[in-house]
Amino acid sequence: MYGFEAMTFNIHGGYLEAIVRGCRSGLLTASDYNNLCQCETLEDIKMHLSATEYGPYLQNEPSPLHTTTIVEKCTLKLVDEYKHMLTQATEPLSTFLEFITYGHMIDNVVLIVTGTLHERDVQELLEKCHPLGMFDSIATLAVAQNMRELYRLVLVDTPLAPYFSECITSEDLDDMNIEIMRNTLYKAYLEDFYRFCQKLGGATAEIMSDILAFEADRRAVNITINSIGTELTRDDRRKLYSNFGLLYPYGHEELAVCEDIDQVRSVMEKYPPYQSIFSKLSYGESQMLDKAFYEEEVKRLCLAFEQQFHYGVFFAYMRLREQEIRNMMWISECVAQNQKSRVHDSVVFIF
Amino acid sequence: MGERGREGCCPPMDLMRSEPMHLVQLIIPIESAHRTISYLGDLGLIQFKDLNAEKSPFQRTYANQIKRCGEMARKLRFFREQILKAGFSPAVRSVTEADLNLDDVEVKLGDLEAELVEINANGEKLQRTYNELAEYKLVIQKAGEFFHSALSSAEAQQREFASNQSGEESLETPLLSEQEMTTDPSKQVKLGFTAGLVPREKSIAFERILFRATRGNVFLKQAVVDNPVTDPVSGEKVEKNVFAVFFSGERAKNKILKICDAFGANRYPFSEDLGKQAQMITEVSGRLSELKTTIDAGLVHRGNLLQTIGEQFERWNFLVRREKSIYHTLNMLSIDVTKKCLVAEGWSPVFATKQIQDALHRATQDCNSQVDAIFQVLHTREMPPTYFQTNKFTSAFQEIVDAYGVAKYQEANPGVYTIVTFPFLFAVMFGDWGHGICLLLGTLYFIIREKKLSSQKLGDIMEMTFGGRYVILLMSLFSIYTGFIYNEFFSVPFEFFSRSAYSCRDLSCSEATTVGLIKARDTYPFGVDPAWYGSRSELPFLNSMKMKMSILLGVAQMNLGIILSYFNSKFFGNSINTWFQFIPQMIFLNSLFGYLSVLVIIKWCTGSKADLYHVMIYMFLSPTDEIGENQLFPGQKTTQLVLLLLAFVSVPWMLLPKPFLLKLQHDRHHGQYAPLPDSEESLQSESNQDSHGHEEFEFSEIFVHQLIHTIEFVLGAVSNTASYLRLWALSLAHSELSTVFYEKVLLLAWGYNNVIIIIVGIIIFICATVGVLLVMETLSAFLHALRLHWVEFQNKFYEGDGYKFYPYSFALIDYEEE
Repeated sequence: MYGFEAMTFNIHGGYLEAIVRGCRSGLLTASDYNNLCQCETLEDIKMHLSATEYGPYLQNEPSPLHTTTIVEKCTLKLVDEYKHMLTQATEPLSTFLEFITYGHMIDNVVLIVTGTLHERDVQELLEKCHPLGMFDSIATLAVAQNMRELYRLVLVDTPLAPYFSECITSEDLDDMNIEIMRNTLYKAYLEDFYRFCQKLGGATAEIMSDILAFEADRRAVNITINSIGTELTRDDRRKLYSNFGLLYPYGHEELAVCEDIDQVRSVMEKYPPYQSIFSKLSYGESQMLDKAFYEEEVKRLCLAFEQQFHYGVFFAYMRLREQEIRNMMWISECVAQNQKSRVHDSVVFIF
Repeated sequence: MGERGREGCCPPMDLMRSEPMHLVQLIIPIESAHRTISYLGDLGLIQFKDLNAEKSPFQRTYANQIKRCGEMARKLRFFREQILKAGFSPAVRSVTEADLNLDDVEVKLGDLEAELVEINANGEKLQRTYNELAEYKLVIQKAGEFFHSALSSAEAQQREFASNQSGEESLETPLLSEQEMTTDPSKQVKLGFTAGLVPREKSIAFERILFRATRGNVFLKQAVVDNPVTDPVSGEKVEKNVFAVFFSGERAKNKILKICDAFGANRYPFSEDLGKQAQMITEVSGRLSELKTTIDAGLVHRGNLLQTIGEQFERWNFLVRREKSIYHTLNMLSIDVTKKCLVAEGWSPVFATKQIQDALHRATQDCNSQVDAIFQVLHTREMPPTYFQTNKFTSAFQEIVDAYGVAKYQEANPGVYTIVTFPFLFAVMFGDWGHGICLLLGTLYFIIREKKLSSQKLGDIMEMTFGGRYVILLMSLFSIYTGFIYNEFFSVPFEFFSRSAYSCRDLSCSEATTVGLIKARDTYPFGVDPAWYGSRSELPFLNSMKMKMSILLGVAQMNLGIILSYFNSKFFGNSINTWFQFIPQMIFLNSLFGYLSVLVIIKWCTGSKADLYHVMIYMFLSPTDEIGENQLFPGQKTTQLVLLLLAFVSVPWMLLPKPFLLKLQHDRHHGQYAPLPDSEESLQSESNQDSHGHEEFEFSEIFVHQLIHTIEFVLGAVSNTASYLRLWALSLAHSELSTVFYEKVLLLAWGYNNVIIIIVGIIIFICATVGVLLVMETLSAFLHALRLHWVEFQNKFYEGDGYKFYPYSFALIDYEEE
């Protein structure tokens, strides 16, 4: 359903949409990637990036460079842009923008909790956290011993609190439980985000529901593949799937009973949009699946820019930048470890 | 054909056409390449072409050197940051000596950076300890107060309790208290506590989390620290609270410690014993003062180091920037297969040939190179860049033209005429010698302080005004001139050159009417007779004069434009344009609007009362009718018929022959083989460019283009002439506005005979004059003059599709970086 957003959108959203489209045109291009892939050292990468929008962020880095520095600085740029947009945004765009970071927040919570479980230093863990998913009391997570404490002590103050209601058990934290917690949280988050976008209506709802449905389906497939051969029961697995998306509900029923990757494949091939993804893979292979999904996602995100007057562009831009940073990380790692033959394996081009 | 301006008969006219350029090829031995480029950079008269465009930056020959320069530039930025942070300013650029060696500087910079980093690290460490101790001291003081007050209140309670006990037992006495008080001390739970500092903004969350984590079994006491405390970790000033947490049990302790860590709350050991506290304080204070002296010594050392860096900083910076640009340029050269020499290609003005060869020769000698660099001119069909040698006076005018479009190589440059016509057209709209003098004073300030102002950074708007100071100078001079013609000084007419030519016939005539005026003296010698002002026919007279004047100026300027198109076609040897564009255009414009101008002049000279509108309109509507009372000169009807016919003929003349002739030319050109080029190398260079030279000939396209061009000219002749009427409109607006301000503000206030009102009136008058007339009117007149030049004048001849000559020059590089 279309609202009349074209009439009023620019009152509040016009400036930021212009900003985000401007930022988007700063994404690295195919020729940039070509040049980056030919780099011999990390200094070459820096030199090349200095001609792009990353230039000011990298120019004061002393040699020798490390992959982490490059990634950190690139992320810093994304964070700066995000903060700029967030401070300029009005409701409901600001809520929408905040929603984008919740995914990182969940990842950070899981990272800290897992890290403490394995007795890692909190400061060290904090450095690894994604800066977009930071919240005030994040370091306190280390105090918590079980889910209930986790919720009561820390998360109750964060926007994640409502999502937690489904996974409050007094079970101790162990790897399995944490993973289940992550997926439950993610499910609740995606559903909430989906509802929020539906509430916004118009082109935002239309575009975001497509993107989020894809995200939900991808998570469902990943959950299934990762839980094959673990003690997770079928019912529990079923509970982790988000209640929307192309696969909902019948695909979920089928995925829940899958026992190996080929069964997943046969389920997914019934859905035309995913058929092409799976048809690229040979039987029994799941390594390349991630890349295939990323490519599909990038394609869909780029399509979001084809329409105007909706918030999907913000989500799409953030995701595309993140993909770009992942690419950069992969390229720099390959260059740093002298594995240049593998450089094309995991790079997803954004056009 | 390029040497025209320098033949000796006439002074060089550099601005008329852009400098003749040629494409030169330099073959430079690799050992002297660096020095050659640096000499050429000093010279700044050659624009190198990028011969390695397909290579990415790090695949080029000198990528490593560029990386090194980048690294040095980073170090220099680091130094600058440190110097600025320490409150020094880098010394103003000293005279640069060329004896600095890049390698030495690199080593030196590396050493200095390492030293500085080490000093910084040590200083930071010391500072951190210092800050920690300072915090510790605060904790001891503040937390000591807790204990002290707790102790005294406990004592008071005890006393109270004792007094209560001694008295009769009341209902309020707790039943258990006695028991509690007398419990055996061994059973008493020992309360643990920890004390420290927490950032104030986090203190509430801290308290909340503590409460939640221990389920309320905690006692937290906080005290505000008044002054911001320097945080030892981040080194920033933060508002903090001192806290003391009391808890019981080992598990609670672990939790609380973790929470403290998570909140960045620094804990410090603390003892309950008052005596120990006092001892600690003295100890800490002692260490603090010790540290302070150490830190101060370190700072002095660091300051000295930075000072020495600061002295050299500009020199290094200069060197690094130059070196980087040299290597960038070297990267644009293609390297010979034998790796013995570099091949450069670039544009340079023809007059610079000698200088370039000189520079090459000097470089070879200074490098003791065996082989001289080779300089040769290449033949090409590529369009050379446009280069005007401007000075500080002409550059602003050239900018005005370039803002529209950079002239095609060697095409007639409207910039020359703009120098006069632009300020003049401006002044026609801004004619008031009072305002002109104000502008003149303002711009003279800029010009007198030119040296000082050009070296410092100005604001955006100031920068623009300063850049156009000579334009404004001419504008103000011209507006003083037109102001005398209009006879307006802040809208007040003066009898400046002689008495007014008119005077009253008798006493009954008033100023408000011209009826009673008779011409008593000679005509007023210069400009408008002041008697017109204030009379009833002031506006009709001035309007008619200004309107006619606008048309005269417009027709003159458009004619100039068309004549320039003749010079263009003559220069480029394009006779088709001369015969089938220039001549019919001249005829068309002048048979209509040229004729109108002639009529205007005749009317002025003869004082005829003919209606020119009528003449012009009926010249088209019924050319054969008698003109009657509107006759201005004998034979007017025949003249008009001829002119009309000429105008009608010139339209198809413009439209039809040119495309057909072009087609003919094209066919003939392709019918025969092209003559062989003279030498091998020109063949080579031309074969590269041939694809550009022969474009597809599409007759229909050419024809449509010509059609559009013709329609545009014919319609444009009318609309452009009308467009020049803006000269009249703006000058009318200007004079009316200034009249309003003068009469309705200044004279009105004067009439009250009250000092305060007069002062207020003068202030308002000054503000309005400056704000509205001097700033806004100047801007609007400027913009309209700009439009008249860009559209009405330049569309007659100006292609403006060239590109600017951008030489490799150190002077430009230095200027840019600043």
